[in-house]
Amino acid sequence: MNWLRMTEWSPYVVGAGIGMLNMLAFLLSNKSLGCSTAFSQTSCMLENMLTGGCASRKTYYQKLQPLIDWQWMLVIGIFIGAFISAKLSGTFSIHFLPQLWKENFGDTMLLRWSTAIIGGILLGYGARWAGGCTSGHGISGTAQLALSSWLSVVCFFIGGVCTAMLMYNVFWS
Amino acid sequence: MLTTLHQKKSLQLLMGLLTGIAFGFLLQKGNVTNYDVIIGQLLFRNMIVVKIMLTAVLVAMIGIHAMKAFGLATLNPKPGSVGKSIIGGLLFGVGFGLLGYCPGTVIGAAGQGSLDALLGGVIGILIGTGLFAAQYQQLNESILQKGDFGTKTLPDVFKVNEWVVIIHVALLIIGLLIGLEIAGL
Repeated sequence: MNWLRMTEWSPYVVGAGIGMLNMLAFLLSNKSLGCSTAFSQTSCMLENMLTGGCASRKTYYQKLQPLIDWQWMLVIGIFIGAFISAKLSGTFSIHFLPQLWKENFGDTMLLRWSTAIIGGILLGYGARWAGGCTSGHGISGTAQLALSSWLSVVCFFIGGVCTAMLMYNVFWS
Repeated sequence: MLTTLHQKKSLQLLMGLLTGIAFGFLLQKGNVTNYDVIIGQLLFRNMIVVKIMLTAVLVAMIGIHAMKAFGLATLNPKPGSVGKSIIGGLLFGVGFGLLGYCPGTVIGAAGQGSLDALLGGVIGILIGTGLFAAQYQQLNESILQKGDFGTKTLPDVFKVNEWVVIIHVALLIIGLLIGLEIAGL
């Protein structure tokens, strides 16, 4: 079982595995792999806790109900699966600053934290606006040949590439 | 279709969890739970994310449509509009570049110990989805409906049989992947 301890698998093996997981999800659960709805559901549950259940009345949550369902469990699973993989390969480490970030922006934690928060807000807002994320649109949706998914994923990457290039000074270095 | 299986509620929750564990395991083994790898892709210093996504789409596209042909799966393409898919996609993209993770990989990153993902990314996404829910009604009455095309698929757009599109997309993906390998990327 040495391969379970490897730090990196070929991207083609990983990709084929994710493709097969998508097929299994359709076959066994009538679901497609997607992550961003679980964030909406959790956000609603947290807001309900603070406001005594008021959040559920919003139109959006009538359409997307804050339940613990298949996709919510999927997201919990991702956390566990990544933890197991990292533990097996010895790459698990508690750290705040990614290496590449440190090399370019130094080791001020507050700068990374605020950028991550703002990035996360736009990511969550944009994912719900577009109706899916890199899994839901980017893999499951494109595999179903949905026009919405192909358009969205192209825009994900246009936005991402431009932002990363601006941040890392590709244009004026 | 395995409808009886689909209706077993607790079993489905367990299946969701198991699917997620396998998904998270694969994402971590693919190294896409690392900020450096994702930003490296957006800066074209590596091609890992593109290789994983294209291979996954290739396998899932052929598999899902074959299962559909044998009556084993129902497809569920998401609806979209110009206002929804393009503007939403670009907003997501800017967030993707700033954070360096997406909603799936941010969870995987948290699982491997990256605190910027757990304390920054996850909290940010929860705020962002909450904000969207708060503004949904206004947005839905205006921009989200602009240029609505519903659940149209590529075969609908090109008015051809879905297998014609599948073969073309498959050849395009295989060609791209071979090209990347030849170029040594």
